Amino acid sequence: MTKSKFLSYVVNLIAAAAVFLAFHLLFSGGVVSRSYRDLFTLGCIYSIAAVSLNLSTGLLGELCLGHAGFMSVGAYTSALITISFDKPGDMPILLLSLVIGGLLAALSGIIVGIPALRLRGDYLAITTLAFGEIVKVIVRALKITGGGQPMTGISLTTNYTLSYWILIITIIIIYTLIRSRHGRAILSIREDDIAAEASGVAVTRYKLLAFSLSAFFAGVAGGLYAHYQGVLEPQFFDYNQSINFMVMVVLGGIGSLTGSVISAFFLTLLPEILRGLAVYRTLIYSVVLVLLMLYRPEGLLGQKELSQRLFARLLGRNGLRTSPQSGVGGSSASPQENIPVSGTAERKADSAVSDRLGTSTGAPEEALERKWKGRR
Amino acid sequence: MSTLFAIRDLHIFYGSIHAVKGINLEIKEEGELVSLIGANGAGKTTIMHCISGLLRPRQGQILFKEYDLLKVKPENILETGLAQVPEGRRIFTRLTVEDNLEMGAYTRHKKSEIKADMEKIFQRFPRLAERRRQPAGTLSGGEQQMLAIARAMMSRPKLLLMDEPSMGLAPLLVREVFDLIQEMRSEGTTILLVEQNARMALSIADRAYVLETGRIVHEGVASEMLHDERIREAYLGS
Ligand SMILES: Nc1ncnc2c1ncn2[C@@H]1O[C@H](COP(=O)(O)OP(=O)(O)O)[C@@H](O)[C@H]1O
Ligand SMILES: [Mg+2]
Repeated sequence: MTKSKFLSYVVNLIAAAAVFLAFHLLFSGGVVSRSYRDLFTLGCIYSIAAVSLNLSTGLLGELCLGHAGFMSVGAYTSALITISFDKPGDMPILLLSLVIGGLLAALSGIIVGIPALRLRGDYLAITTLAFGEIVKVIVRALKITGGGQPMTGISLTTNYTLSYWILIITIIIIYTLIRSRHGRAILSIREDDIAAEASGVAVTRYKLLAFSLSAFFAGVAGGLYAHYQGVLEPQFFDYNQSINFMVMVVLGGIGSLTGSVISAFFLTLLPEILRGLAVYRTLIYSVVLVLLMLYRPEGLLGQKELSQRLFARLLGRNGLRTSPQSGVGGSSASPQENIPVSGTAERKADSAVSDRLGTSTGAPEEALERKWKGRR
Repeated sequence: MSTLFAIRDLHIFYGSIHAVKGINLEIKEEGELVSLIGANGAGKTTIMHCISGLLRPRQGQILFKEYDLLKVKPENILETGLAQVPEGRRIFTRLTVEDNLEMGAYTRHKKSEIKADMEKIFQRFPRLAERRRQPAGTLSGGEQQMLAIARAMMSRPKLLLMDEPSMGLAPLLVREVFDLIQEMRSEGTTILLVEQNARMALSIADRAYVLETGRIVHEGVASEMLHDERIREAYLGS
């Protein structure tokens, strides 16, 4: 790790601690109500789910429609473990259960991923969609998970401190991975898996690595949720919830971890803020989403990250390095233009450039894309 | 003299379509520039995909140095010393220019050497240097082609395969690409150049093969072929 990289970690960690302190003072001073404190905890949990989904969908580029299913695996596993220890409120046991829940979710990710990730195309979307439903069926069928009834008796051990710091750890791990040589390999798979393979990247192995890590953190988020809510119902983790996480990722900017956090909090708080407007709530919610997608199709942050470098640039200074800010999703050491993921704007820009130089590149590349989809 | 690279009796099928019908091709000497020319749909890219392991042939052999390439996994081919500049460039559009080059050196481990090679490339391509922090997708077509070639060079290949590097480029840029190919060759890289642009390819190659609907129909010394009546009529339009 270079000195400036290390320094930027330190600065961002201090910032994270400052944010925590601010919230901590708000909560412990009784300035805000208990329900907002709970919302903050839930926001952290959803953020972990969204950030980890961003790893598989935004950074690896594999559409995962069963993220809540992995969360469910973690939630039930973790709850069963703490219940079996019968020491309500014990933090080390909760932590252990979170890790085991995460590992089991990762294992199911590998089982689901091995057949799907070896193929080109959107097979993973379908398999994960099915996976989410299968988990639901299994949970309903098993006696120990309630057998169709809500599972109760889970201690309320999750608090905002724990959720917040696990979120920070999640972000650090994914961020560090993606900024490494391995991370660049993962991003290159998203960009062009054939070219990545030709560059020497073991494509299937890296896909499995990223995908199972994503499932792991979803499992951890599930365990936290179980001990936040105290009650687990299988339908909570159905595909609607998976889509919710997907909305958080897209809204925050595919490839931007901090973007996922911001939109996860935004979408967690929005229904509460609109509570007074009961009837119009879902309507306003939808309109806000549509407007955001219309006016910022690349998401709130695009591929950028909210970091001290971005602030430094906003303040017109140069920050710690000459390159003012960077997006995890795009590059390892460099600032990043906002390139929308949808493709249309990018192609437009591309053809504008090539028009200018009297060359046209779009057509043959597109043809090749189509030719190769789904074949291996 | 032992053969550096050889394709022996290669047959490739797409289902029941016999796309490549038993071709033989050799690169005997290191530093040679061999060209494979053929019209659109002749089967050039099919052969390239087979070499990089994306397609399995029905029959035949592909040999490179001591390797039987058909037995090497696609992700390990680069490490044998064979790099490709694929058709359509296939650069990593949302990664920066610099990261694209880093990916070219993915199989290498000596950071200082990689850094030095990258600086060399930036000296050779000032336009890439100016845009080193920019997503590669924002480059023009010509710049993207240069990047694709530069990325392949970052692996320090012994043999470089190029599939229609002039495709989709304006004449001036085509010239630039061909100059670059000659330059790399003069630096000792062995090159197999696949081209539709027969005149350009023949003018820089040592030897050439002509592919027609999956068969090699001519082969020989490039400069002689450039003056061969039959080839002039069929491929050079005069
Ligand atoms: N995926 C495919 N499925 C079926 N036929 C194909 C496929 N790809 C190429 N072909 C056919 O194989 C022949 C050779 O194509 P190709 O190798 O792309 O030619 P070239 O690169 O020389 O222009 C063409 O007739 C083409 O239509
Ligand atoms: Mg071709």
